[in-house]
Amino acid sequence: MAEKPEKKEKTPRQPMPEQEPKARARNFEEVPYGYGPEAAVKEAERCLQCKNPACVDGCPVAVDIPGFINLIKQGEFARSISKIWEKNSLPAVCGRVCPQEMQCEGRCIIGKKGEPVAIGNLERFAADFARKSGECELPTLAQPTGKRVAVVGSGPAGLTVAGDLILKGHQVTIYEAFHKPGGVLVYGIPEFRLPKEIVFSEVAALENMGVKLELNQVIGRTITVEELFAEGFDAVFLGVGAGLPRFLNVPGENLIGIYSANEYLTRSNLMKAYRFPEYDTPIIKGRKVITLGAGNVAMDAARTALRLGAESSSIVYRRSREEVPARAAEVHHAEEEGVQFHFLTAPVKFLGNEKGRLTGMVGLKMALGEPDDSGRRRPVEIKGSEFEMECDLAIIAVGANANPLLTRSTEGLQLNKWGYIVADEATGKTSRKAVWAGGDIVTGSATVILAMGAGRKAADSIHDYLVRGW
Amino acid sequence: MFKIVRREEMSGGTVVLNEIEAPLIARKAKPGQFVIIKANETGERVPLTMADTDPVKGTITLIYMVVGKSTALFKTLKVGEGYQDIIGPLGKPTHLENVGTAVCVGGGTGIAVLHPITRGLKQAGNKVISIIGARSKNILILEDQMRAVSDELHVCTDDGSYGHHGFVTEVLKTVLDKNKVGLVVGIGPVPMMKFVSKITKDYGVKTLVSLNPIMIDGTGMCGGCRVTVGGKTQFACVDGPEFDGHLVDFDELTLRLQAYCEDEKECYNNFCTLKA
Repeated sequence: MAEKPEKKEKTPRQPMPEQEPKARARNFEEVPYGYGPEAAVKEAERCLQCKNPACVDGCPVAVDIPGFINLIKQGEFARSISKIWEKNSLPAVCGRVCPQEMQCEGRCIIGKKGEPVAIGNLERFAADFARKSGECELPTLAQPTGKRVAVVGSGPAGLTVAGDLILKGHQVTIYEAFHKPGGVLVYGIPEFRLPKEIVFSEVAALENMGVKLELNQVIGRTITVEELFAEGFDAVFLGVGAGLPRFLNVPGENLIGIYSANEYLTRSNLMKAYRFPEYDTPIIKGRKVITLGAGNVAMDAARTALRLGAESSSIVYRRSREEVPARAAEVHHAEEEGVQFHFLTAPVKFLGNEKGRLTGMVGLKMALGEPDDSGRRRPVEIKGSEFEMECDLAIIAVGANANPLLTRSTEGLQLNKWGYIVADEATGKTSRKAVWAGGDIVTGSATVILAMGAGRKAADSIHDYLVRGW
Repeated sequence: MFKIVRREEMSGGTVVLNEIEAPLIARKAKPGQFVIIKANETGERVPLTMADTDPVKGTITLIYMVVGKSTALFKTLKVGEGYQDIIGPLGKPTHLENVGTAVCVGGGTGIAVLHPITRGLKQAGNKVISIIGARSKNILILEDQMRAVSDELHVCTDDGSYGHHGFVTEVLKTVLDKNKVGLVVGIGPVPMMKFVSKITKDYGVKTLVSLNPIMIDGTGMCGGCRVTVGGKTQFACVDGPEFDGHLVDFDELTLRLQAYCEDEKECYNNFCTLKA
């Protein structure tokens, strides 16, 4: 195709087929359907196959993007997924939840003048094709080294470390506190954005390569890090996530009908409360629902509320639209589905009835003042602007703090003033010999792919240690 | 699977004991700690404080009252069958020290949780006075076991069918009048713990209560188990489950325990219809 570059520029970016907003706002089926082979090949043909691809620099795990796209273009779908697996053990996940507009697609050359190549959609296509057809070759493992690595937490950071190190010939055991693997991919991200079957199949692929998975094990309680070493592990990676929900500390916050986003999403996603009473875990459904916060988690919560039958689902955010931290696509999907946005509004207190159930929230209007430490304009209260909003369900999605359960029970781990683990940015090494950390327990709440990037760096460093020393 | 190796019915079948193989948990667990159990794929995660552990056999013992769908489902499990998931030990262990004289007050299935703590206090060298109660004699549990680890044991029944006719709180007052007490541990239904704490506050005696709010993960992640203690929000799963009874907002806890009443009824009725 290289002889006809002018033709490529003319092909428009293949649109992603999606469920109708009205219909999908009431079901838990995945929103985009994914490309078929024809659209995938057409989209792959748009790639210029740059000699020095900027997209790869934009990828935290450095997937050979032109390489796998070229294989799709040739119809070599099974080989294209093998190409991705060389660098990324969770392609079906990343194709769905990565903020591509800020990473690979944000750097794409043809994106300068038109729309970038839909790298995320293509990655998803390759992964889904492999999963559905079963036509793919597992990457070959290096010679066994005899070294053993314990990975604590089976979220995106831990799965990446496990995938990388098993390929390099080490024995890997993942410890997960929940009864299902996947961490935030399973308890946090809703089915309509990331079907759980996909996460489990990516984990199963790791198990097929030899990774051992131990569920229901809370490291720090069931087993300590000391005991892992005593059992013969040579290195330990801590990827336990942030995991302690932040509340607002306003009056009325313990009324029935107020959830942390963690609890709301865990009930719905991990425990399948949206299928109650077929599944035993209940969930407060809410007629008028307010979600506090405007990150990706807040969008997931507000959209879940609609699917659970809410008449109205509103995002309340104390800053303006400009500062919304969620991915553009998530905000767009939420708006399409009917989520209402109340910007420059802060919660003052919650109101309840005699049964301790939530009936409303008092909000306060804000104005934007001078920029604060984060560089964003600080919201300032407008005196006397209090007003009442009726609601019977409120979801607090304003981030998380560091969970001290593991860090308190592990000696020699240096923590920062917020309780997060101090780890070297380039290697993930902690202050304790043979212990690495990465993901939200180091950075605070961030994205799936950043946790995977941290996992990749830690895996390289662990490998280096196992063959050469600390 | 976590296999049940021993099963007993108590209180005329309304309370069930399961001794379960869980060697990793048995090795680590201390009095006052809890586990989360889930029977099967569609089950919910239920927190239960352990009634006993045997590190040598590698087993833990749970005693629960049948109150809804999940516990009714647990009750159907026979010896040799088991639970799909058990996670623990969770929560902070009871701080066991010699305070001179300790009083252990238990009501209903709370006695099951109180028993290992009572034993621990006895082993720590305390004079232990125990007061246990139930609605009626035929539903009282663990009397012999409590007697074996106490210097004095008082039994109360609401209907007067056995022991003192009345509430544990009445006997508690007499005990506090007669003895110099260093610590009271009260475990049972929320109203019982509330009134025990009220009395001991008047006497100025430090009091521990063990709370069992609704929770999902048990590791601090969901925040569903939040309780107000001394005006501050605490998570029962990681900050507790034991708290200073004089500081707990029991009224808020009572309301929060009712959060899913209607759903639970629906779920339980469905289960009973299916079984019938």
